[in-house]
Amino acid sequence: MSLNLEDVARIALLSRIELSAAERETTRDQLNGILGFIEQLQAIDTTGIEPMAHAVDVVQRLRPDVVTETDRRADFQVLAPETEDGLYLVPKVLE
Amino acid sequence: MSDLINSSLRQLAAALVAKKISAVELATLFLDRIEKFNPALNAFITTDREKTLAQARTAGERLKAGAGVTALSGIPLAHKDIFCTRGWRTSCGSKILENFVSPYDAHVVEKLAAAGMVTLGKLNMDEFAMGSSNETSYFGPVKNPWDVSCVPGGSSGGSAAAVAARLTPAATGTDTGGSIRQPAALCGLTGLKPTYGVVSRYGMIAFASSLDQAGPMAKSAEDCALLLNAIAGFDARDSTSLERAPEDYSRDLEKPLAGLKIGLPKEFFGEGMDADVCAAVEAALAEYRKLGATTVEIGLPNSGLSVPAYYVIAPAEASSNLSRFDGVRYGYRAPEYADLAEMYSRSRAQGFGAEVKRRILIGTYVLSHGYYDAYYLQAQKIRRLIAADFVAAFKECDVIMGPTSPSVAFAFGAKSADPVQMYLSDIYTISTNLAGLPGISLPCGFGSNNMPVGLQIIGNWFGEAKMLNVAHQYQKATDWHTQMPEKMK
Repeated sequence: MSLNLEDVARIALLSRIELSAAERETTRDQLNGILGFIEQLQAIDTTGIEPMAHAVDVVQRLRPDVVTETDRRADFQVLAPETEDGLYLVPKVLE
Repeated sequence: MSDLINSSLRQLAAALVAKKISAVELATLFLDRIEKFNPALNAFITTDREKTLAQARTAGERLKAGAGVTALSGIPLAHKDIFCTRGWRTSCGSKILENFVSPYDAHVVEKLAAAGMVTLGKLNMDEFAMGSSNETSYFGPVKNPWDVSCVPGGSSGGSAAAVAARLTPAATGTDTGGSIRQPAALCGLTGLKPTYGVVSRYGMIAFASSLDQAGPMAKSAEDCALLLNAIAGFDARDSTSLERAPEDYSRDLEKPLAGLKIGLPKEFFGEGMDADVCAAVEAALAEYRKLGATTVEIGLPNSGLSVPAYYVIAPAEASSNLSRFDGVRYGYRAPEYADLAEMYSRSRAQGFGAEVKRRILIGTYVLSHGYYDAYYLQAQKIRRLIAADFVAAFKECDVIMGPTSPSVAFAFGAKSADPVQMYLSDIYTISTNLAGLPGISLPCGFGSNNMPVGLQIIGNWFGEAKMLNVAHQYQKATDWHTQMPEKMK
């Protein structure tokens, strides 16, 4: 199947990436090119094949529930676009 | 000085220990070369002479005192800009991290620093490691030192160009679909991707977490073995790091190759490989037969599906990993927005480049409701078929060989208009990432326009020492790996 402009707008919204009307058109063509290429996977019979999520079989390790990190909040917040009193600032969400 | 820039890591270590040169002098030699040649190559994004020399002085003191000296003490190297490096800008080749100064060190950075290595700077790369030509970097493309009108390969293109031009004795790289091996091939050096899980991913900015693996890029297999010794090992901070007994990856380097069985996948030697690459690879195989190896044809029947499967799985994982770039805690934030949703979507639209956005969009689509089973789950099932091919193949041979890349380095712009054409330049490398296998690329001659050709060796799971042995014995019998670009002398 191939994507139309509405599909592209929906995917862009889910991805939180703003696309202009012009970008939407080129994006549609490029994504359809890539989807056309990966379409060949559909022809393969994979009945009974277990999906492989990882190259090696490992189980999630558990660690003792103790504090191992030191407080480096100031070091980390220096990197933020906007902070105040140790808080990250974003535009108002609730009126 | 040409002897020093072409020296192996063992030779450099010996010169440092014998006090023929100091760590500061050695670092200065390479910093001066970076200053002279980098403007033409754009291999480095960030250098900081003061920081480098301070590290060199510390290493020099350790060497002088003779305490805590390792096989790598005082030797300079440079890091791909995907590795978080405390106090250094770590951009990942992206505008979104243009001003990100890392507050911590990646595991790989930490280990190499602990071994006494001196950081020369941070190397250019395709944005978020997404690319095969280095043309997607926000900081501009890296030029191939053998011919500056050609790409160095990618995504570790800065690492490859810097080692090839002898701006650093060695570099770190990462390989998600061929990003160490393909640029190593295109720039004429040796680059190794370890078995998935051997090297910790902690502090390595994530692209596709089930495929990403760090590895060394250097002039020879022997150098790669010494570097792998330093960076491998369990790290609790990476949930997929493997708990295995430490290994000396250089232990088998000198073993003769008599009786070695080399598997040649018929799928790698058919259509699609350029004639000049084929000739160089065939000549390398002839050399291996001279060294006592035999070759056997094997089949990897599903390997043709590896590129399309990869372009479902890698973007899916990338779309999830890159959701952390939201303009709130770090990274670029758009200057104007009406509300929170617009702040996110504008920051990401302005901060990411075209290829990164394409992959996030594809990844989001294949994971979205109604398409997950058809694309993502199906690709994961095919991934298992691809891995199973290798399990069967390794029953018939000790290592697998073939070309690293279907062509020598191509001109800028040659493939950048069509994403799918670019993706196909990783056709021989991607299947090993999907299976989690180790692979190495080493120089095996020159093709058209005198550009380097890479031979790829794929090892069995955890077969790094064997793979390095096989590569080293070839490098003892040939001198392709000792060649450097004339214009960089």
